[in-house]
Amino acid sequence: MKKSILTAGLIIGSLTVNAEQKMVMDGSTTVGPIAKAFAEYYMRENPGVNISVSESGSGNGAKSLLNGNCDIANLSRDLKDSEQQAMKDKGVNPVKHVVAFDALPVIVHPSNRVKGLTIGQVRDIYSGKITNWKEVGGSDRKIVVVSRETNSGTFETFSELVMGKDARISSKTEYAGSNGAVRQRVQMTKGAIGYAGLGFVDRSVKALEINGVMPCVQCVLDKTYPLARELFMFTDGEPRKGSLAARFLALINTEKGCEIVEEIGYVPVNAAMRK
Amino acid sequence: MKRTVEKITLTAREKFVRQVFSTLGRAILFSVTSVAALAVLAIIFFIARDALPFFKNEGMREFFFNKSWYPTREPAQFGAMAIFTGSLLVTFFAVITAVPPGVFAAFCMSDILAFRVRQVLKPVIEMLAAIPSVTYGFFALVVLAPLLQNHGGMALAVAWWVLATPIMLVASLVMAELICGLRYKERAGFAVRAALTLIFAALSAVLLLRVGSKLSGLEVASGVNALNASIILAAMALPTIVSVSEDALQACGRELREGSYALGATRAETLIKVILPASASGIFSAVLLGVMRALGETMVVLMASGNAAQVPSPIYNLLQPVRTLTATIASEMGEADQMTGSSHYHVLFAMGLCLLIFSFLCNLAGEWIVNRQRRKLRGA
Repeated sequence: MKKSILTAGLIIGSLTVNAEQKMVMDGSTTVGPIAKAFAEYYMRENPGVNISVSESGSGNGAKSLLNGNCDIANLSRDLKDSEQQAMKDKGVNPVKHVVAFDALPVIVHPSNRVKGLTIGQVRDIYSGKITNWKEVGGSDRKIVVVSRETNSGTFETFSELVMGKDARISSKTEYAGSNGAVRQRVQMTKGAIGYAGLGFVDRSVKALEINGVMPCVQCVLDKTYPLARELFMFTDGEPRKGSLAARFLALINTEKGCEIVEEIGYVPVNAAMRK
Repeated sequence: MKRTVEKITLTAREKFVRQVFSTLGRAILFSVTSVAALAVLAIIFFIARDALPFFKNEGMREFFFNKSWYPTREPAQFGAMAIFTGSLLVTFFAVITAVPPGVFAAFCMSDILAFRVRQVLKPVIEMLAAIPSVTYGFFALVVLAPLLQNHGGMALAVAWWVLATPIMLVASLVMAELICGLRYKERAGFAVRAALTLIFAALSAVLLLRVGSKLSGLEVASGVNALNASIILAAMALPTIVSVSEDALQACGRELREGSYALGATRAETLIKVILPASASGIFSAVLLGVMRALGETMVVLMASGNAAQVPSPIYNLLQPVRTLTATIASEMGEADQMTGSSHYHVLFAMGLCLLIFSFLCNLAGEWIVNRQRRKLRGA
């Protein structure tokens, strides 16, 4: 008798667990904050939904999607050809959803006379070829190069967009642990140069023109600012209408979703329409 | 009338029960003690298990002799030589900064100051150890780094004058005294002594000014550098060194000191010729503890050292940023790919293993020296 009650209880328990909707997200640490904020908001609005967000890097996000270990993969870059091929072979059909735009302003101390640099000059500064500000039209002062830690998505984007495949960041470069730490180092150090997310640039530092364009929301959208990128979420096939993934991704285009993105410091997708 | 007979023998049953309890008690105490030892063994085992795949895949040579640390590039490079250099450099300078004042302070507190003053001073110095390391790091970043950046040369010159002036003064007095002592067996004339002292003082004044002006001309590009980290680490290692060497000096006991005084020795002679040799092993272990404190510290170096994976050129140039083992492990563990067991993940364990081995060796050396000293003192 006791046993049958227990089994009944177990069955009911497992049923309710099944009824609770689950979704797994994995991938980039850059998109992670957006995914987490979305998940938090969504779970608060819809009790009984359980969304877990892992941040294991864009590459792992793609791997996860390929193996069916996650419902949504967060990537701070587009899929590589090799990844696309692997998915095709396995019958996975990746569908791309743009969640936000991101830009990397290059920042210097407010007292710095330099107004702007070209991408090539930024690359030479980071690879250690240019070591003094006077070489790029500034005063005679040694350049203190500050970068994000190599584990950050911001670092990855920067090395991809600026350094490219051949140049590598000089070993003289200082590393700071967060966007805030980079800004703090730059606002304190007269000869410093650094880069940080768009949301972290304020009056205490000076953003430089890159190839003649100041970083701003508009230039990110019309792609005139060269250090900008899209942030993605990938699903296996277009999510079914009414499914949890579809409802979750719909958040991207809502007013609230854009507010969340803006709060984190990225450029929301509706910014273009609002302008 | 009944006589109560006090039982002095145990029945077989009682004997058995007592034996069981005694064995049980011993077993429990033993297992509790061995948990501590097992924990250490488990740590070594798990770190070694994740470190060895790295040496198998990438080889030792790249790790120890390559200066390029590019763990996330394609193809990745895991040359940790610059990072080892950074760790050793910062630790070395922290220790040589902290040891002389630490040991002097210990002497002062144990043999020179009044007991009442010592009772107040010691807790105050030990309070330095209670400050959380992130607070030290914050101080390094917000106070020391801007100071070094904006008035770097001046600050260094002032520090040099403050530190070197008394040392030079004492040195010239001692030198004059020594030379007088060598030349004239009898007491030399006052004039000769004064002249010699003046000559040495003038020489050291020239040196003081020369180095000072050179230092004040220095421009410090970045305030987060090896010097900043070393200074803060020295402040953190100081309480350990003071407190442990003071204990060692105290442990020499009254008899030794009184014996020395009874033979007609002055306080200085007692301190230098009797107490110092007798407590040398204790002072040495204080220094070793300081070394381990500085080497293992993470938060401060992460915040204050600048984290550039380079060997400073020239190598004693403390004004350049460096990266240390602990800071590398702390900042890169988050992203290093654990699932696929990437080399980046294992290389961090390899660094941890090196730190572990180093502190293990330090401990062994300390133990060995203390034992040898103990045997020597016993007269064997």
